[in-house]
Amino acid sequence: MSADAAVAEHHDGHPDPVRTRKVAMWVFLGSECLFFGTLISTFLLFRTRTGDGPTAAEIFDIPFTSASSFILLMSSLTMVLAHHSAERSDWRRSRIWLVATALLGTVFIAGQVFEFTEFVHNGLTVTTSPFGTAFFVLTSFHGAHVAIGVIMLLGTAGISYAGRMRPNEGMNVEAVGLYWHFVDIVWIVIFTVVYLLQV
Amino acid sequence: MAEATHHRPHPTPKDYWKIAVVLAVITAAEIWATYLPGLDAVVAPLLLTMGAAKFFIVVGWYMHLRYEERLMKNLFLIGLVAAPVLFGAVLFTFGVLIGD
Repeated sequence: MSADAAVAEHHDGHPDPVRTRKVAMWVFLGSECLFFGTLISTFLLFRTRTGDGPTAAEIFDIPFTSASSFILLMSSLTMVLAHHSAERSDWRRSRIWLVATALLGTVFIAGQVFEFTEFVHNGLTVTTSPFGTAFFVLTSFHGAHVAIGVIMLLGTAGISYAGRMRPNEGMNVEAVGLYWHFVDIVWIVIFTVVYLLQV
Repeated sequence: MAEATHHRPHPTPKDYWKIAVVLAVITAAEIWATYLPGLDAVVAPLLLTMGAAKFFIVVGWYMHLRYEERLMKNLFLIGLVAAPVLFGAVLFTFGVLIGD
């Protein structure tokens, strides 16, 4: 596809819109690496500053977070299958996988809400300690990214359902997919650095 | 350059399922390593290695970066390399100036 896009770019002197969108998405994801890098660095700086509040080892429920991490990881599978179907203009199957991905994302967010509620009940809030602040800011921003991703997935499925998805517009699903996979890889880093290494 | 990407066949749905199993196995191994006694000295590098493996599997296969042209790879790699370098320097500076 990229070779075709590169060739297409030289046709009639106009840039290929599919390739342009893809380049823009990769630039955006590169900038997002820096954004989450900032938040993860801040957490690493303050991870031991728990004050009178609970520590990570006291409060984290690794089996529960592992389950929600696994759900998000599997949503990457359903997303890539949605993209694969869209590439073949199998929009019905693509929609099924898109909705499945959105459902898995919603379950992940629900898990995060439950986890936050438990933490608050156990004495860790955003104002308890620098550790609490850094933790909640980082994981909430990730959760917000997941929520935006769910909206994008449902929007893409809706556009497809309305019959406004044309065979040459598989890039729309690919762009959403790139964003969704990125959200997944950020969680891979957060799960390792913030959860597993702190207990 | 773009030609080279054209010759490499993309994974099939069957391949994607296999990759998902690999990711699940690595995740299980991470949790197992966290709770395994006597691994204190190596648990951090072990977890970081497994996390990195999952990261690159998702980026390479699910995000298709290994099938993309060099421009796309470089765009992502710039952010990926710049982030740890930049924030490693920040962490080091804070560590030296403030201490733990």
